Order: sequence, then structure tokens, then C-alpha cells
Amino acid sequence: MLEIQNLHVAIEGKEILKGINLKVNTGEVHAIMGPNGSGKSTLASVLAGREEFEVTEGSVKYMGENLLELAPEDRARKGIFLGFQYPVEIPGVSMVNFMKTALNEKRKFNGLEPISASDFLKLMREKKEIVEIASSLTNRSVNEGFSGGEKKKNEIFQMALLEPRLSILDETDSGLDIDALRIVANGVNKLRNKENAIIVITHYQRLLEYIIPDHVHVLYKGKIVRSSGKELALELEEKGYDWLKEEAETQ
Amino acid sequence: MTTLELQEELSTLYTANADRIAGGTGKLVNEFRPRAFEDFKRLGIPTKKNEDYRYTDLMSYLQGDYSYEIAPAKISVSLEDLFHCDIPELNTHIVLVLNGFYYSHNEIEPLPKGVIISSFAEASIKYPELVNKHYAQYADTSLDSLAALNTLFAQDGIFMYIPKNVQIKKPIQIINIGFSLNNLRVTRRNLIVAEEGSGSSILVCDHTLCKKSFITNSLTEIYIGKGAHMEYLRMQNENGNSSQISNTFVHQEASSTFTSNTISLHGGLIRNNIFAKLSGEGATNNTYGIFFCDDQQHVATFTHIHHASPNCQSDQLFKGILDGQATGAFNGKILVDKYAVKTLAYQRNNNILLSKTARMNTKPQLEIYNDDVKCSHGATVGQLDTDGLFYLRSRGIGYNEARHLMMYAFANEVMSKITLDPLKERMNDMVEKRLRGELSRCENCNIHQF
Repeated sequence: MLEIQNLHVAIEGKEILKGINLKVNTGEVHAIMGPNGSGKSTLASVLAGREEFEVTEGSVKYMGENLLELAPEDRARKGIFLGFQYPVEIPGVSMVNFMKTALNEKRKFNGLEPISASDFLKLMREKKEIVEIASSLTNRSVNEGFSGGEKKKNEIFQMALLEPRLSILDETDSGLDIDALRIVANGVNKLRNKENAIIVITHYQRLLEYIIPDHVHVLYKGKIVRSSGKELALELEEKGYDWLKEEAETQ
Repeated sequence: MTTLELQEELSTLYTANADRIAGGTGKLVNEFRPRAFEDFKRLGIPTKKNEDYRYTDLMSYLQGDYSYEIAPAKISVSLEDLFHCDIPELNTHIVLVLNGFYYSHNEIEPLPKGVIISSFAEASIKYPELVNKHYAQYADTSLDSLAALNTLFAQDGIFMYIPKNVQIKKPIQIINIGFSLNNLRVTRRNLIVAEEGSGSSILVCDHTLCKKSFITNSLTEIYIGKGAHMEYLRMQNENGNSSQISNTFVHQEASSTFTSNTISLHGGLIRNNIFAKLSGEGATNNTYGIFFCDDQQHVATFTHIHHASPNCQSDQLFKGILDGQATGAFNGKILVDKYAVKTLAYQRNNNILLSKTARMNTKPQLEIYNDDVKCSHGATVGQLDTDGLFYLRSRGIGYNEARHLMMYAFANEVMSKITLDPLKERMNDMVEKRLRGELSRCENCNIHQF
């Protein structure tokens, strides 16, 4: 589904990603871990199409297509979803209007008629249950006045509604208490299926106790320094990142 | 042309027609003319050297080849036929004003006893005791030369009277229409008197029905009696060749509430001066507005909220969205007198520039002469939030639609202050159309088709 080859990315002349190689197949869940500043969020932003980042080398193929040529909205319409580390507050834009517009733009892209008001409300109700999000939240402006936990739940709610093919969840666990973490993780697990793929970006192993990955990668100084199965996460939890850092430095 | 030459031209125009100008109005209205003339001659046309007009280059808009109508021009078609506005479906009483002259009015249901809606000229003769008590009492011609000019040329406009304790349920809609075969200078003078305990809502729409250029000098005095409340909405939607200088003077008695919302959708030059005097204790003034401008348009708002009594509160919120080479200005003044203790006064001005060439100047001005007040002000000029735009786009919403949503949301804070639901809905539609570049034409209205 996704194939990243030798990806180099810079912002304001400073190179952040220095040759990433990653292949994600349909039905897989990949975890990307790594210390602060290793480039995890940059990778997520580049995949979603954030324009401040400059791709200096390499390629990204999504469903056989050159992803880097697509505008952010076209990536989303083709099934890419970014769960933001810091969801943006947009006062004055209601959640309902936002999600309805987003869904209809995607439907239009796929040659479908706009969803009817009643079908949309039904769909909202259904998806709200997945992340146990309060009805009152969807009546408000996008993320405005939401707590940290509510914002993250809201990201998964949007994911549930838009049914993406490839989801990139950027530190969805940060700022969550243990109950909210469980709810969010359960939500993601409900949405996980054979047709889609998920990249989970996280600092901690904790989230991966709930969302069991097929592959774990460690990103350090803009490169993937280790890839392995889910057991790598446990090893990191036990030993920290230092041994991998040392290994990387000596190479 | 210099400001002096323009001043001379207007003075000559007055002198040559003084008798005819004074022909239709009451004695008292005419008695104010000599003083207004003196004030106009003394003050001259404001230039950018005048602090209050620093960001508005009036001269570039006010000169040119313009006719002036001393008597209302006869038009061969009925204005009611020409102008089909969608808003009447909202059940409003309609008053039509053509080139500054009262044209007709149509009550959707019988108005309560004692309510007067009429031509200003007629009222100044027919109801001298009502008009004389308020006319030129709130508009100070000694300070603003355009107010002086208006008082000098004042012939007609609307007079409205709402007696004590009368509640008018349905909004009264005043539709000012510019329609002419020649470029035209227009003077419009309105007086609205809302007596003690009354309640009303007024919607004023400014339109041009042709591509001719209009320079309108409009002045409205509004008296709000003790405990009375009024919602006053304005929608300015004129063609890009036209200029409007609009002075609104509001006088509020104790415990009264006056809320205005000025929505400036379109026009070449729009200059709105809003003066409010909180004269009686416990009065509330809310002054809101939003403007949209592009091309070479200029929209300037000047507010002057005068707290002259204790325990009054005022709230100002003005927003602007500027594109192209448009320029805008906001100058918001709050004046708190020595004895106006326990004053609450707030002011905020937020602006978005959509292009690199648009310009906005904003200046809060607070003059406070006692310690027992709570005042705040804030002003911003910025771009659309790029993080917000990316967030929307990352969900599949296209760039243009995302921008549109953000702008609409920005405007919504002002629009949501409108309390009359049907009007709010309709106004929101107009804003939506304006933002989509459809130039805010109501469905059945002929504006901009000419």
C-alpha cells in the first residue's frame, strides 16, 4: 500500500529525515518509535502533505501512485488520514459542518451523491459510540475548548467517519490518562481490518499493549535504525533508547 | 482638484439653491443651516492630516462630475417593481428611499397606534414638536465637517417615531436605493425617536440599482429613551464606483439598550462614523460590524463611544476581511467621563488580509477620566490560520472550500450577535455569497445585473 524509498526531507534548509525506507502492506499495523526530535512527526506531516517540508530526495508511493505530487486534500480523498498530535482548534466551524463537508468531498471524489442529512446523523451516532465521544462535543466548534483527551478521541472519531485506507496516528497517546488511552486504543482496534493499514507513532510502549503492531521501527536522527516484530517495543521499554543510539553512532 | 476647490464647489451649489433646498423642510431644520454652513466653511473637507481621517483619502473619492437633485427625480418605473428584495419574505415593514428622498412605505400589518414612519421633510412640517426636540441635538456639526455638510443640505430621508412603551414586533426595513441616469451626489437625513420603554428592530439596506457612481452623505440621529431597546442592523451593498459617508449619532437614556450591527458587503468607499452617547445611568451599547472588501475598495469605521453616566456598559466588536488591493481602517474611541464610574467598556478589532497588497490600519483610543472602570481593547491584523487550513485539507476539504470555511467562521462571531433569527439566517446567506465571490445578490434582486 505504501512504499517509502530513501526519503530525505528538510525544513528551512535543515535536513530532518535522512533516507527513510519503509513498506506498509494492506492489513498491517506498524509502530514507529524513537526519542524526541528523531523525525517521527516530520514523517507523518510529509505523508499527509504539509507544505512547509521539502522533500530533497527519494520517493513515496501510495497504491502505486506518486504520493508526493498530490495536494493534502487529494491524499485524504484517496484514503490517507493523519491523526494529529496537536489537533487544531477552529472556532466558528462546527464539528457537524466540518465532518459533513469532509465526507461529501470524499464522496464527490468517488463519484457519489452527497449524503442525506438523516443518513449523516445516523452515521455520526454510530461512529460516536466507537470512541465514546459525548454528543455535546460534536455540537461545538472544531476542537474548541476540548480537553486534551477529547481532542484525541475526536481524531479517532473522524477516522471512524472517514474510513481511511491508511491511517497515520501521530502520538495519539500523548496527554491521555489510562482510561482515555484504553478508549482510544479500543476505537482504533475496532477500525482495524484486512483492507486498511495503520502507522502508529509513539514514544512509549504503553499504547502498543492495546494496539498490537505487526512491525516496530525505531527512528533516530532521521533514519530507521532498527525494524523488528512487536517484541522490539518491549525491549525498548526495558532498556530505553540509549543502546540503539550507541549502536547507531558507532555505525 | 484641491479640497478648497471642492469646498468652494459645494458651497456654491448650496448658495445657488438655498431657497429650493429649504423649501420643503420645517422652520427649525432651516434654522440650523447657517451655523452648519459656517462649520463646513471653517472645517473644510477632511484630509489625511486630520487625525480622524488619517487612513481615509476622502478627496480621491469625493471629486468628479456629479449631478445633484434638489427635487426627487421622476422615474418611469415603479420602484417596488424594480426592487424585489428577498428579505420582505421575512415579514418586515418596508420603507423605500430613492436617492435620499422618501419614496413609499408598506406596512405588513397595522403598526401600533402612534407609530410614525414618514418622509423626514414632511415630518419636520407636520410634527414640529417631535422633530424639533431631537433634530441636530446629537449630531455635532462643529466637530465633523461632513455632518455639517449634511445639515446644510438636509432635505429628506426618514423620520420614525415609536411612542412610549410601544413594542413593534416585526422589523422595519429601510431600503436606500441609488438609481440615476447620471452620477449623483446624495444627501440623506434620518431621525429615529424611540420613546421610553419602547422596543423595535430596524434593518437598513443600502443598494445601488445601476452602475452609476453615487456619493452619499448620510446622517442618522437616533434617540433611545429610558429603558427602551432597539436592534439596528445595516447592510451596505453598493456598487464599486460608489462612495458612502455615513454618520450615525445615538443618544441613550438610562437603562436603555442599543445594539447595532453593520455588515458592509460591497462598495467603493465606505466610511462609517458611529457616535454613541450613554447619557443616562445603566445604559448598554453594543456596536458590532464586519466588512468584506477587495479590488480597490476602502472601508473605514470610526467609533466614538462616550460614557457620560455611571454604570453603563459598551461592547464593540469589529472585524474585516480584505483581499486584492483593498484598504481598511478602524479607529475605535472610548471616552469615559469623570463621573461615569462603574463603567464597563470593551473593544475588539480583528482583521484578516488575504493578499499581500491589502492593507489594514487599526487604532484603539481610550480616554478615561476616572479610576473605577473596567476597560479592555485588542486589535489584530493577520492571515488565515495555516494550521487550521491544513487541518481541514487533511480531511479532504479542498483548498478553496477550506479557506471559505475559515472566513465564514471568522465572520460568524459578528453575525451571531444578530438576535433576530430570520434576519440572521438571511444575512448569513448574503455573507456566504459574498465570500464565494457571487457578490451578494439576493435571489430576486436586480442589483449588479445592470
